[in-house]
Amino acid sequence: MAGIEELYREVILDHYRSPRNRGELEIPPAHKVLGFNPLCGDEIVLYLEVSDGIVSAVAINGQGCSISQSSASLMSDAVKGRPVSEVRRLAGSFTTMLMARDEADVAEEADPLDPEALGELAAMQGVMKYPARIKCATLSWKTLTKGLDEIEAGAASA
Amino acid sequence: MAPVGELHSALDVPTIRADFPLLTQHRDGPPLVYLDSAASSQRPRAVLDAMDDYYETTHANVHRGVYQLAEEATRRFEAARLSAGRLIGAPDPAHEIIFAKNVTEAINLVAHSWGRTQLRPGDVVVLSEAEHHANLVPWLMLKEERDIELRYLKVRDDFQLDTADLDVLLDGAKLLSVTAASNVLGTVIDLAPLAEAAHRHGALILADGAQLVPHRPADVAALGVDFFGYTAHKMLGPTGIGVLWARRELLEEMPPFLGGGEMISDVRLDGFTPNELPWKFEAGTPPIAEAVGLGAAIEYLEAIGLDRIAQHEAALTEYAFAQLAEHHPELKIYGPAPDPKRRGGVISFTFGDIHPHDVAQILDQQGVCVRAGHHCAKPLMRRLGVQATTRASLYLYNDESDVDALVAGLSAVRKMFG
Repeated sequence: MAGIEELYREVILDHYRSPRNRGELEIPPAHKVLGFNPLCGDEIVLYLEVSDGIVSAVAINGQGCSISQSSASLMSDAVKGRPVSEVRRLAGSFTTMLMARDEADVAEEADPLDPEALGELAAMQGVMKYPARIKCATLSWKTLTKGLDEIEAGAASA
Repeated sequence: MAPVGELHSALDVPTIRADFPLLTQHRDGPPLVYLDSAASSQRPRAVLDAMDDYYETTHANVHRGVYQLAEEATRRFEAARLSAGRLIGAPDPAHEIIFAKNVTEAINLVAHSWGRTQLRPGDVVVLSEAEHHANLVPWLMLKEERDIELRYLKVRDDFQLDTADLDVLLDGAKLLSVTAASNVLGTVIDLAPLAEAAHRHGALILADGAQLVPHRPADVAALGVDFFGYTAHKMLGPTGIGVLWARRELLEEMPPFLGGGEMISDVRLDGFTPNELPWKFEAGTPPIAEAVGLGAAIEYLEAIGLDRIAQHEAALTEYAFAQLAEHHPELKIYGPAPDPKRRGGVISFTFGDIHPHDVAQILDQQGVCVRAGHHCAKPLMRRLGVQATTRASLYLYNDESDVDALVAGLSAVRKMFG
């Protein structure tokens, strides 16, 4: 089984077995956004609360493979309490990290952070070698970016 | 675990496997365990050689040149058509066998050509919940365009089609279009009574034979169907070629599907006259080498015997069910219990709550190739209440060692995720 541990790193398995920030948030104040991966049926339900430019609360629901679910869990930990601008940069960095094999919708946002700034998220790097799974790993981040866009569009029109 | 070789097979699998270059190669790791023939099979040397030989000695465009080479290419191409008809008992293969790209294109041909001329708003086409997208989307497209009504046979909890209200569904219907064998459940559909009911209601019946023809004898007359499709790449042949069979009088009345060269007998600036059957439905240069490859695949299957292949798969399916149940009680199979008449060698399952993609990924690390996903049958996934399944599918070159590798691989999956 040489090599497979690169994909299923302990951090990933840990977040898969014990997902963080699992659940729902009240709407409003939270905003709900859905993400689907039509290829394998991964599904992310993301609840986001932004106050004073800060992602103040995150909750995640949905179902899917270990990569999609652990990536969502890792993401929720990584973005909670951070300014939206920083979260967007992180989304860019994360997608850029995996982008070698995937078109990155959020890549234009990328102003890559120091790779070390990715912290635990770097555990997802092993996914790069498995092109079929990259979309599983990026699903939650694409959903997050969509949610932030929707919140900002809503705020602009309000 | 029962020792390898205990099964009394109808086939000499090691000898068969030696015919398949891809199965005898070893990648970096363990030997290849190929359990995804329902998606696409592998090819024996005889098929690859026939195609190479065609290109090396005979290639020219068909039905055009007057030179000898072109005549020989045409002869080989048309010989493949006759083989493709013989395999399914087509009464008039020279006119009734249409080469299409695959079953998807064959059904699209019927939907466009027959459907657009025969179906009016409100007309009914009956499908089933178990269909592959290939037998759903063309009709859904026609529904959008023509406002036809679609009705569905349900899937029972024993994974057979529910025919209890067949007469109600067929009332006023113009067509019943169903799979002959499910690519997810493995269920082999008893087509003859469906055909009888359809005809009693004045409807035609189309059957998708993609998962039937590679695995057991099929005869269009015995099945009672009016339209029938199958595809080469699931039965040891090349990709890019499939077959539509239909009764000649239906094909005669149907307008062409794609327009272009080959499908015409005359073209003027103000119109065209379609070619005769079967070329009326074969626009452009056809897949000639692929037809030759399909012909070689049919000869290979016939030499072994489709009845023996069916027996072998039935025995191996029974072995797989027993081994999976014994070693992995948390594994749930979506499909009928072993029964040579009612199911083939497609085994779809969920493994505890471990996602099929994770199952397939760990199995791949051990050289075991299985399919994970919705298998192009999303409505059926919804009916089964799952997002996806893992699917192992058996063919003539698989034996107990492949099943044993799957069973062992699943233990590794459980170790990683359990």
